[in-house]
Amino acid sequence: MTANATPILQLDHVGKRFGGLQAVHDLSFVMREGEILGLIGPNGAGKSTLFNLINGVFAPNTGRIVFAGIDITGQAPYLVARHGLARTHQIVQPLTNMTVLENCTVGACFGRENLPLGRAREVAREAAIGVGLEDRLEMLALHLTIAGKKRLELARALAAQPKLLLLDEVLAGLNPTEVEYMIAVIRRIRDRGVSILIIEHLMQAIMSLSHRIVVLNYGEKLAEGSPDEVARNPQVVEAYLGDPKLAAELQAGDATPASQGEASQGSASNV
Amino acid sequence: MWRRPFFWIVAAVIAVFVFAPLIGDNVSLREGLVLAAIYIILASNLNLMLGYAGYINFGSIVFFGLGGYICVWLINSYNWPLAPSLLAAGIGVSVLSFIFGLGILRLRGPFFALSTIGIVEGVQAFVQNFEPWGGSAGIYISPMVFQPLGGPGRALWVIYFLLVAVMGASLYLSYAIKTSKFGLGLLAIGQNEDAAAILGVPTPRYKALVYSVSAFLPAIAGGLYFFKSAFIQPSDAFDLSLSTEALVVAMLGGQGTVTGVAVGAYLYEELRGYLLTSASFSNFQLVIAGALLLVIVLFFPSGLMGFIYSRYPSTKKVLE
Repeated sequence: MTANATPILQLDHVGKRFGGLQAVHDLSFVMREGEILGLIGPNGAGKSTLFNLINGVFAPNTGRIVFAGIDITGQAPYLVARHGLARTHQIVQPLTNMTVLENCTVGACFGRENLPLGRAREVAREAAIGVGLEDRLEMLALHLTIAGKKRLELARALAAQPKLLLLDEVLAGLNPTEVEYMIAVIRRIRDRGVSILIIEHLMQAIMSLSHRIVVLNYGEKLAEGSPDEVARNPQVVEAYLGDPKLAAELQAGDATPASQGEASQGSASNV
Repeated sequence: MWRRPFFWIVAAVIAVFVFAPLIGDNVSLREGLVLAAIYIILASNLNLMLGYAGYINFGSIVFFGLGGYICVWLINSYNWPLAPSLLAAGIGVSVLSFIFGLGILRLRGPFFALSTIGIVEGVQAFVQNFEPWGGSAGIYISPMVFQPLGGPGRALWVIYFLLVAVMGASLYLSYAIKTSKFGLGLLAIGQNEDAAAILGVPTPRYKALVYSVSAFLPAIAGGLYFFKSAFIQPSDAFDLSLSTEALVVAMLGGQGTVTGVAVGAYLYEELRGYLLTSASFSNFQLVIAGALLLVIVLFFPSGLMGFIYSRYPSTKKVLE
């Protein structure tokens, strides 16, 4: 990643209001190509709403969203997907009565490359194998475990061969072994040059994965910078004071497996 | 496609439909098979919406009725030959459905289902008051129109073979869509529409398109059926109970499957034929249909084929 790389995603004074609730307020940031940008913040800070704004589930009330030079503000999700933006869901959304391979084929068919069915199946197979689902290709998505469904979310998004991947708490609810596996997968995806915007409550994971971090609180940007800068920012620590354990983890910058387990339990309860 | 067993199964079914009544010029068998073919056509095309895209359409009969009206009207008022009238009926109803579809397919679940009933009632009310189509009296066509087909006797056979062709086309269309990218997108919509859109499936266009495609062959079948009767009136053309029966048939066989829906249609028609001819059960088939629907929804949501698939998983490769 170089400093003068072209922006893959640019948010310009984006705002979204639901009735009396200002979910996202005047938010601007730039993401460079090939970057992993972490998005953290307390529950209800507007992280998932922000994902929904970027990929077109909701249209923002104010501001502009530019993806790879294309203004995608308010575009329908299927158009945004065509431009090369894929996402996973915090609450998994498998196509339950379709097999793992079929799920991924949908991603490959209707993603960036708009592949024909035959070629899409090959890409889908590779994507599923890439996240370790090779022994479950013909299994119906509904029979997968929660960890399997999380992997499927990721495989399906990858099958679309995106330029930018939005990951919404892919580690939540996983045990430490599974978390380790997923982190390795995410690193491999980054090494292929895919830009990643990631929401995660597991501090140790996001601190080690991200190049930069944006902290949201009450829908506004509280801080932005490298993981070290963010962890030392007094305002960030204060925002997390309601959760002293997380604040301590932020400051320590690393975590023992025990605290990792607790943190993942903590975030699982947010789901 | 011809390498798949499914292709030959359908070819065999068509052959039976064609040759069975020809043996001994069996007219009563032919008339039974006419109804079976119509149920198969209606249910297979309904299945594109119900089984693939997961949208319950109570109004599929509108396609059949409107197709009948357009065809009969063109033949009666403008002396069009049968073939172009049928084609005009198919295309006309498909185009209309695409426009309707863009509107009502914004609705989901029960709201969509209700709107389809609204369309039946709306179209029926319109036709009842539409003078060029004879209002509530309907349109009679003179038997003279059968002359170009070699007189009424031969015309009935021609119409029957055309209906069987439309039935075969319906089954192959269901199969072709199921194994295409379009079909994959529809199945994704049926499973989880929001997730499908996020994966890039152009949901509004696909839904309107499948609604329109599912109108084409039923409209042609309607044209054939009412041309055969030489008479059409609104209460016959837009009979909501036939729509409901088509739903029962699709669910009985197994929504989303091609073979199951065809088998369900045939079985239902046989049952209905039996109940209609037995003196004590006139119109009793609707009671049976209602009870059947309840039993299926409660105990066998994946229908006959779901049962066979779970019993004999290997059949999944052969029967679509």
